[in-house]
Amino acid sequence: MHQTSGTMHIQFLWWDGCPSHPEAWQRLQDVLAELQAEAQVERIQVTTDEDAEKYGFPGSPTILVDGEDIDPAASRMPSRLTCRLYYQENGRPSPLPSREMIRRAIRSAQRR
Amino acid sequence: MLDIGQKGPDFSLPGVDGNTVSLTDLLKDHRAVAVMFSCNHCPYVRAWEDRMVAIQRDYAPQGVTLVAVNPNDTVKYPDDDMEHMKARAAEKGFNFPYLRDDSQDVARAYGGTHTPHVFLLDSGGVLRYRGAIDDNYENPDAVQHTYLRDALDAVLAGRDPAPATTQAVGCTIKWK
Repeated sequence: MHQTSGTMHIQFLWWDGCPSHPEAWQRLQDVLAELQAEAQVERIQVTTDEDAEKYGFPGSPTILVDGEDIDPAASRMPSRLTCRLYYQENGRPSPLPSREMIRRAIRSAQRR
Repeated sequence: MLDIGQKGPDFSLPGVDGNTVSLTDLLKDHRAVAVMFSCNHCPYVRAWEDRMVAIQRDYAPQGVTLVAVNPNDTVKYPDDDMEHMKARAAEKGFNFPYLRDDSQDVARAYGGTHTPHVFLLDSGGVLRYRGAIDDNYENPDAVQHTYLRDALDAVLAGRDPAPATTQAVGCTIKWK
């Protein structure tokens, strides 16, 4: 897929064995709208262990903005078909990235 | 899947404290037993763990016990093996038995599908409630319906829980 210059490229990777992806997708859409971000968004369904390895997929959902995971902790996670563990700003574990985590990643990409 | 009104199949499984725990023994000593399929790695479980501990703390004096059963495949999910279970139980201060269902026979017998997935049995071992702990995994302060607590209150008062079933929300059990 070609990336248009100046437009951020977002990859939304998900696995249907975990029910959190619709809410995560909605949060991503909400934040993009809120920040009026121009983005090319690609949805990628991960279905096999091989796919998980290929994409470096640490669990569902995973959001990459210009190739960078919205959660820096992702680099320490193994690739596998699973629900992904996030931590909210208050330290609570969650299967979902917070809106603030998504917002930070998109703002950072907008500044680049 | 086990239906409301059916008896929960007996089990005898090793726990993180080194003891083997059976349903028969739990039922001898308790007015209600909440069999809860659970695990280490699932973020939904992680999100509910503190509430599991709080429910056990609040209801143990009334003769209730939770019992968490981890049936996940440990080949693909090694963080669900017994050693990691021991560490997790210690870290979170689990005040209820945490058991390893290595054969996955117990999960199959109950029809567990997710972690967490609760099967609440009364003192006779009969299923009275099946489903989720409450209706908001992400934010304990935003819970509207405390399903398991409500079901426990009903069973302890001799009433039928309403609802008797809810949708289990969480990670799928990782079958071998």
